[in-house]
Amino acid sequence: MSIVALRDAVVLLGRFPALSGVDLEVGASEVVLLQGPNGAGKSTLLRLCAGLLRPHSGRSVVLGHDLSKSRAAVRRSVGLLGHDTALYDDLTVTENLQFLARASRIELTAVGSALERLGVSARLHDVVVGRLSAGQRRRVALAGVALRRPELWLLDEPHAGLDQGGRDLVDGLVSEAAADGATVLVASHELDRTLELKTRRVTIAGGTIIADVADSDAADTDAADSDVADSDAADSDVADSDAADSDAADSDAVDTDVAGVAGGRGS
Amino acid sequence: MLADVWLVTHKDLRIEWRSRVTLSQVVPFALTVLVLFGFALDANRGVLNAATSGLFWLTVLFVTVVAVTRSTAIETSDGACRALLLAGIEPSAVFFGKTLAVAVQILGVEILMVGGVLVFYGATVESLPLLLATCAVATVGIAASGTLLGALVAGVRARETVLPVLLLPVLAPVLIAASRAFDDALGVLAVDGWSWLGLLAGFGVVNAALGTLAYGQLLEEA
Repeated sequence: MSIVALRDAVVLLGRFPALSGVDLEVGASEVVLLQGPNGAGKSTLLRLCAGLLRPHSGRSVVLGHDLSKSRAAVRRSVGLLGHDTALYDDLTVTENLQFLARASRIELTAVGSALERLGVSARLHDVVVGRLSAGQRRRVALAGVALRRPELWLLDEPHAGLDQGGRDLVDGLVSEAAADGATVLVASHELDRTLELKTRRVTIAGGTIIADVADSDAADTDAADSDVADSDAADSDVADSDAADSDAADSDAVDTDVAGVAGGRGS
Repeated sequence: MLADVWLVTHKDLRIEWRSRVTLSQVVPFALTVLVLFGFALDANRGVLNAATSGLFWLTVLFVTVVAVTRSTAIETSDGACRALLLAGIEPSAVFFGKTLAVAVQILGVEILMVGGVLVFYGATVESLPLLLATCAVATVGIAASGTLLGALVAGVRARETVLPVLLLPVLAPVLIAASRAFDDALGVLAVDGWSWLGLLAGFGVVNAALGTLAYGQLLEEA
């Protein structure tokens, strides 16, 4: 059974066709890399698959549910890491994940192991999320996705803002999820990392899929794909250096914040 | 459903308790408005006494705008409402949970404000049951309407300024009915306050029904 089956899918954001005529079929345990320039429609495709957007036309079926009829059922079975972390600033790390666990009918004991899996140290568990660095927030958000053990993982730039250890954890998480039978769609500009994980590479431009290459065919089409990716490489490089800088600053911020917490603010 | 309602209410109240917005900003704001109204009308004590109910509920509406703005911001900050949708909580449970949290905060402020009008305006309570029932029923309707409109403007730029423009006219019936019921409870006017309470209850039921039907769609658009 296909986990994702899109046929001529069109998504309008206002009057703007963010996706137009998308055909995509993804099976169980596949790891699909979505690539393409900024504004190509990668994030929109992930939000569509998460059941957060209504398809304007075409046929869109995810996990056996027609997105034009039953998106709520899809939302319960997917895990989405978007550009934002979907965490509450004034709740602690543990409170955020416990809220998610209770809402998703998951045992609270799973919270600790999810945080441990993402390398969120115990000293941060009782710190309010608003005091964490961007990288730490990203890890907590990923722990929230992992906590739910979804059938379909939708990861939008999962490596962004993470240090080397965090990036390795993400890669491990994706590999484990696929090994457990989950399907993973990853939108990423970090081709050097994600290429090792994927089983397919899907290229989007202008809201349409322009290339869909299985792992075995990848070598033949690397040159063609790199043309599309190149337009973003410069942006990505700049972003990477910014991210590295901010990571360093972030870790300082966390240390300072934690010291502040220990010294005064309760949580 | 009830467990999810309580989960959302508990979450919002915990966030409020930690951020202290109501305690440190809304309560002082409400009491300041009451005192300023008193300064403005104190020269004519009769006018102040006659206007006490209206001033009280007008201040409650101002408090509601602040509380609903805050409640909406909790969900729109960093895409947090997406977590509610993906967790599979029924949108109606989110609506009632957030309504309850806003109502609890407004009720807390109202209790302090009742003390304020007794002390600053020299008002006296002639029917405590009517006064308490008016506060409870009006507040639930106000909170439901505010939560619904908060979700409506959540995806709008400059929602902080759009919300009062939409909310205050919608709450005009509450201002009228609750003021009349309070007039009776405070012995200011010889009206049947309990019949005005029926109008407030109807307002609450209509907004609860609208929220049940529409909140899911609004949450998705936020």
